[in-house]
Amino acid sequence: MTVAPALEIKGLRVEYPREDGSVLVAVDDVSLSIAPGEIHAVVGESGAGKTTVANALIGLIEKPGRVTGGTMRIGGALLDPVTGRGDGVQLGRDIGVIFQDPMTSLNPLFTIESQLTETMRFHLGLGRMEARARALELLNAVGIPEPERRLTSFPHQLSGGQRQRVVIAAALSCNPKLLVADEPTTALDVSIQAQILDLIRNLARERGLGVMLVTHNMGVVAETAQSVTVMLRGRAVEQGPVAEVLGSPQHVYTRGLLAAVPRFDCRLARFAVVSDAGDGKAGAARRTIAARKPAALSDRSGPLLSVEGLTVDYRSRGWLPGSRGHGMRAVDDVSFSIARGEVLGLVGESGCGKTTVASVIAGLVKPTAGRVLYDGQPIAGKGASRLTRASSRQALQMIFQDPYASLNPRMRVGTILAEPVLFYRLAANKAEALDDAGLLLEAVGLERAQAERFPFAFSGGQRQRISIARALGARPRLLICDEPTSSLDVSVQAQLLNLIKDLSEATGLTLLLISHDLAVVRQMCDRVAVMQKGRIVEMNDSESLFSAPSHAYTHELLSLVPRIDRIAANT
Amino acid sequence: MARLLLSRLFQVLLVMMAVTAVAFIIFRYVGDPVNIMSREDASVAEKAELRAALGLDAPVIVQFGRFVGRVAQGDLGNSFRNQRPVAGLIAERLPATLELVLVATLLALLVGIPLGVFCALRPHGWLSRSIQAVSLVGISTPTFVTGIVLILIFSVWLKWLPSFGRGDVVRLGWWTTGFLTTSGLRSLVLPSITLALFQVTLIMRLVRAEMLDVLSSDYIRYARARGLPSGYIHRKLALKNALMPVITVTGLQIGALIAFAIVTETVFQWPGMGLLFIQAVSFVDLPVMAAYLLFVGVMFVTINMLVDVVYAIVDPRLRTAGQ
Repeated sequence: MTVAPALEIKGLRVEYPREDGSVLVAVDDVSLSIAPGEIHAVVGESGAGKTTVANALIGLIEKPGRVTGGTMRIGGALLDPVTGRGDGVQLGRDIGVIFQDPMTSLNPLFTIESQLTETMRFHLGLGRMEARARALELLNAVGIPEPERRLTSFPHQLSGGQRQRVVIAAALSCNPKLLVADEPTTALDVSIQAQILDLIRNLARERGLGVMLVTHNMGVVAETAQSVTVMLRGRAVEQGPVAEVLGSPQHVYTRGLLAAVPRFDCRLARFAVVSDAGDGKAGAARRTIAARKPAALSDRSGPLLSVEGLTVDYRSRGWLPGSRGHGMRAVDDVSFSIARGEVLGLVGESGCGKTTVASVIAGLVKPTAGRVLYDGQPIAGKGASRLTRASSRQALQMIFQDPYASLNPRMRVGTILAEPVLFYRLAANKAEALDDAGLLLEAVGLERAQAERFPFAFSGGQRQRISIARALGARPRLLICDEPTSSLDVSVQAQLLNLIKDLSEATGLTLLLISHDLAVVRQMCDRVAVMQKGRIVEMNDSESLFSAPSHAYTHELLSLVPRIDRIAANT
Repeated sequence: MARLLLSRLFQVLLVMMAVTAVAFIIFRYVGDPVNIMSREDASVAEKAELRAALGLDAPVIVQFGRFVGRVAQGDLGNSFRNQRPVAGLIAERLPATLELVLVATLLALLVGIPLGVFCALRPHGWLSRSIQAVSLVGISTPTFVTGIVLILIFSVWLKWLPSFGRGDVVRLGWWTTGFLTTSGLRSLVLPSITLALFQVTLIMRLVRAEMLDVLSSDYIRYARARGLPSGYIHRKLALKNALMPVITVTGLQIGALIAFAIVTETVFQWPGMGLLFIQAVSFVDLPVMAAYLLFVGVMFVTINMLVDVVYAIVDPRLRTAGQ
């Protein structure tokens, strides 16, 4: 007798009725099967329907969407597509779920114990003490130190990685047959990501747990899963063992997706993209922009920007107004410089202080000690004056991480782009500034007519293009990009990075690129600085740093990045 | 926690100094008390004597110092109108107002929270839509109109409930309570409903909005994904999150209720602080007005401090941040 698969989906179809009566098919005829102990990855870009498949399994499809066809079986038992329950199958007991963001999936007002045990008390009928004992056991199993103390903690007292471990413990609490993990490591740093993926791999092997791993990261797929389903616009376009699908992709989309992943092993001139936006019109617009005189610069030689002994303390407020509480050193004696036309990468895990450095350079945070010089003039810290800051402001422009939060939703895109042009008096009047805005839009590969629209009409990638156009509008010398592509799909990321590359080459821009994605940094940067706990631990030219890292931390970071070329050994 | 309390107490002192200064300015600039207190045909010498007796000939800063000292000792002066200590007048009227406000607040919470939860759980149902529509009327009708309409229906037409006063009260030391007699309780019904109506609407709408927000949050979706019963998710988990802002608003509203009580107390001739204040205004009874100002200041500041403490107890994130 063969063992029933942990999960078997046949011909799943999910529809969302639209206002006008037509129907959006989010998932169309998807079938997949996961054996006990197997990790099956579902990959695709945002909107491909991979999360919808996961939500269909756990009965969390948002109204008015509904499952209109196909069957789902958990360990052989049929699921009711409406309630997400079935014969002897109970959500939370037989299907465990892990969500993407561990920061928001635990309720901030309840203790870890209460959130861990409530599932067991409802599904297994355990008493308070039994549930507590089992919770301790689970916390041990997922590798949380001091489990007794952690039970009485609240979620905010745990780090992101620990929270995700708690979520995994809760998912495993009733010995499920299937674990549905929706982007379980996307919100985590590489080192934590490696630990969590390791944990999931071990749990699957030891407990015979079927795992459906929804992800957009091809490296994670290669290192964790045994089989994979590639989704495109609601359909499964390719399916099979990871080694086959990633090794010799058959479908053109899979090939495109793989090619768009930034390479880690060597540096390419450009990212491979399925269709390139660098057509004639954009090229012409870029040449017009490149021909302009950017913000004034002295004839001095020397670096464009230098940071000297920069230290930033964040202090909590004391109990008397004006007094100071305990401090926290975010940036500790950091020094570096960027030559004209150079691309410098700043990498490190979250909380290492890289964004604080960018904020000081951009004038958003005041340093505690040290200074920043732009073109030989102090612009932050000792010696900086209102005058020197003002003169540098136009030359330093910033692109932020979240394209949804960095554009004012109540302003038309044209007005957003014309604003810096008018502010720095780069156009004589509003009409000219708006004309300039159109040119900027063309330069970043959008249409001039789109200036009339509001930001909500654009996708994340398009919004980030608008952010770039806005930064270029001020005719800067130095562009600070803080995680410009971390919220975007790989193919969009590739297009956007190409765009930044082309624009900086055309206009002679200097770039400071802040990222936690080492592959991106490798592809983009001439020189890289690695930060850990507020300090720069290693700084070298990109090729040497990646081929022969000298510091242990750099070495560790590099070894932890999930890579496509390392396909899981346990297939 | 101790640090949080200390820092709050410091702020309370600052605010109270400012309020005391305003009360003092009222004395100095809203008419000359000597002119108000002395006979119309008093001579200049008599007036100067009175001025000296009242201590009004000293420099402003000394007068302010004395005023602060007196206030700190609980001496709020004598009422111009009936020549009794203001502190005593307030102590007499305080229980009536506080009991009314307490009942109105409880009423607002007991009705507002369940209605808000109901409307959030069935956002498109006909019943919750009608509740929402009716609540708009509640929020836009002035208090005195509600009061008069209630009196018309329940006192004049149906003759069920008294239309004015507190009914019989029982003395417990200096406190007088209407909770222990039937007539006292019957008298509370109409004024407390009048006072609570706006609050019910406010709390209901707040709870509804917060609850809708919480229900779409990740941690509630995650609770659903763990197969927990929906009753448990709504009543135990989501409600606690949704009630957090209700604490702040209820606290602020208790302060506002004491102030709003002026209108309700006037309509129902309720012998509380509000009525005392309205009478003081019509007689330019400055000490009473200043005392009322100080009293409202103290109430607001104390309630806000309590809200902060309660918040720190309920929200674990604040508890550890204070340590």
